[in-house]
Amino acid sequence: MASASTSATNAASTPTKLKVKRFAPAETPTNTYLTDEKGVWAWLTTVDHKKIGLMYLGAVAFFFALAGFLAIALRTELWTPAKTFIEADTYNQLFTLHGAMMVFFVLVPSIPAALGNFILPMQLGAKDVAFPRLNLASFYIYVFGAIFTFLSLANNGFDTGWTFYTPYSSDSNSAGIIWVTLGVFILGFSSILTGTNFITTIHKLRAPGISWDRLPLNIWALYATSIIQVLATPVLAITILLLAMENIMDIGIFDPALGGDPVLYQHFFWFYSHPAVYIMIVPGFGIISEVITTFSKKTIFGYWAIALSSLAIAFIGFLVWGHHMFTSGQSAVATTIFSFLTFLVGIPTGIKIFNWVATLYKGSISMKTPMLYVFIFIFLFSIGGFTGIMLGALSVDIHLHDTYYVVAHFHYVMMGGTLIALLAGLHYWWPKMTGKMYNEPLAKIAAGFIFVGFNVTFLPQFIMGAQGMPRRYYNYIDQFTPFHQTSTIGSYILAVGFLIILGYLLHSLFKGKQAGPNPWNSRGLEWQSTSPPDFHNFAHTPVVIHGPYDYHQPMEEFQLGLAVEHGHDEAHAEEATEAASEAKTEA
Amino acid sequence: MANHSATHPKHVQHHFVDSNQQFESAKLGMWVFLVNEILFFGGLFCAYIVFRAWYPELFTQAALELNTFWGAVNTVVLIGSSLTVAMAIRSAQNNQKRGLEINLLITIFLACVFLVIKYFEYEHKLHLGIAPGSFWNPTEEIAAVLDHPKANIFFGIYYMMTGVHGLHVIVGIGLMVWLYLRARKGHFNSEYYTPVEITGLYWHLVDLIWIFLFPLLYLIE
Repeated sequence: MASASTSATNAASTPTKLKVKRFAPAETPTNTYLTDEKGVWAWLTTVDHKKIGLMYLGAVAFFFALAGFLAIALRTELWTPAKTFIEADTYNQLFTLHGAMMVFFVLVPSIPAALGNFILPMQLGAKDVAFPRLNLASFYIYVFGAIFTFLSLANNGFDTGWTFYTPYSSDSNSAGIIWVTLGVFILGFSSILTGTNFITTIHKLRAPGISWDRLPLNIWALYATSIIQVLATPVLAITILLLAMENIMDIGIFDPALGGDPVLYQHFFWFYSHPAVYIMIVPGFGIISEVITTFSKKTIFGYWAIALSSLAIAFIGFLVWGHHMFTSGQSAVATTIFSFLTFLVGIPTGIKIFNWVATLYKGSISMKTPMLYVFIFIFLFSIGGFTGIMLGALSVDIHLHDTYYVVAHFHYVMMGGTLIALLAGLHYWWPKMTGKMYNEPLAKIAAGFIFVGFNVTFLPQFIMGAQGMPRRYYNYIDQFTPFHQTSTIGSYILAVGFLIILGYLLHSLFKGKQAGPNPWNSRGLEWQSTSPPDFHNFAHTPVVIHGPYDYHQPMEEFQLGLAVEHGHDEAHAEEATEAASEAKTEA
Repeated sequence: MANHSATHPKHVQHHFVDSNQQFESAKLGMWVFLVNEILFFGGLFCAYIVFRAWYPELFTQAALELNTFWGAVNTVVLIGSSLTVAMAIRSAQNNQKRGLEINLLITIFLACVFLVIKYFEYEHKLHLGIAPGSFWNPTEEIAAVLDHPKANIFFGIYYMMTGVHGLHVIVGIGLMVWLYLRARKGHFNSEYYTPVEITGLYWHLVDLIWIFLFPLLYLIE
């Protein structure tokens, strides 16, 4: 994509090819967004989307480590059928916290808030999101929500499972529940405001030339996600507020002892929480589209199919919440309709998988780490997705509901899906964000640990779930011991993988090789800038004249430059060159 | 910095190309936020629908305890305040500083009237023991009239809906006081009145929600 600071209409009206004086971005930029503001206070008060994205990344990594550590503790406890080293009541609190932290503090915000915040404006050729101060506020709201959740732990904690089903969650009038529900309520607004910001940015701040049919698929994915965030999260907010009020003053809407209906709670809760899983995975789909095209050196197969399928998932995703409640006593008609719609929602996702595989065909595949994660994603997410469809079949679900089969299913889609996509995106955009390359062989080894560890952890869970091992159970019968022990060993392998990742990523910050502007030779707009980028992302507002994945065009076509108008002589070209270099050194 | 136009008006933030982009973005952002608010209240309306479908006689019985007259007054008050906030925007568009200030003040006043009436409504009910949740303790007189076993649920919903709405009114008042103070300092003119416009949008939604609340709670029979 070429850039012009003169009006693009010149290019449109002249039949001859636009003459552009191209400037390669500096290999080792001296003045970047990292050097522009210095000091802790500058970071804490920044309105720069890139810094906010990094702060989110740090927070998400922290919560992932914490919740992951809890997972290791849980799996270790499950080594033996009876107590291994944790009390039963503590066990319940631990799996509840593990789930709540992973869902609300890691999976929902991770890709949109951490990577999305950084990359979205750059892919749109914008200087920032539409509401930078609101963006910072979203981050602090997230932190606030986390603080409230931790305060809950200091006040008796909570052991209801991350789903907070009534009447157990409304009966005890527990301080712990009140704190965590208020914490989740607050956190929801972080999600809503980020979604609002993204929708507005995508509509109003696109650089000239980025028409809707030239939007990177990552943007389409974030757009669909933001729509879900804005429509679904407020329903969680009101549900959790009502739950808090049940605990604080016994309002009685959900508690049968007070005249309420506990299944109503489930309907309200899942009306958000089902679309929530699409908030978690759809941004991941966007990342896969970006990485798979770059490392196949080929344009995406089925651009509109992938773009519109994200919107289809967003829409149908609002209609399937009842599949979490097949055994809760809904009418037969309702369950049948929800089952049918659940099958339907799998179709747009399947469309994406086929289109990605078709993208690979006759591509020039480069198996760098991000691409490795793409393949891991396709494998693991397909298993997760298929088992979701199986759970959507009513007769099968009667047996599998609330068993380890469900646990394995959602770990395959959330961890094997969202988290792997996050790792793909992290490894893809790491050079852009930090200007450094990480150790590639070590990264591939870590990916191996994660792939092996993940399957060893979760494949046995499908089997034991089908054999009847219930979820959330502290004790189990002897026949499940080999499965649990295998699963536990797998979790340690996973942990090693993540520790390796943490190690080489941190190491790269200090000792990593300079990345240069475009180590992957991507045609993406965000790559036509220095690594790390300038504070304002681009020296001039880019004007985009190519599609997002035009790999058939030579790399030189995409280097930003200044248009040299026809009829103007060298003198003007000189001026333009000087102005641009000045602007660059200023930047 | 490139594209840092020399004629860059002060009110245009740096990441926007021009004033129009900023204004359009602010409006779209506020509309999206309002959609979110509709979904938020939607949960409460859904609870209302569910319980009313299950216990229709409860709702018609309990609604008689609500004061239709004052509810209607509040409706007129809020609609009036929507009118005055729209007039405030008009004043800003026409560079009428005084008009902007006065219209904002009237809007704030009307919003406060709404809250005062609400306060008296609540006070009267609490006096009779018609309180939410665990504080439900109706006097004998009331208990004789409100003999439905789920009467506390209706009022739980009533207090939640009007309470959450009232909180939004309070937030609106806060926003409009802030706008008034800025208007006094001359921050707004025909070139730039974005905060007035988007706060007006918010206020219209608060009004609209009451327009649904009022008949559903007060006028059913």
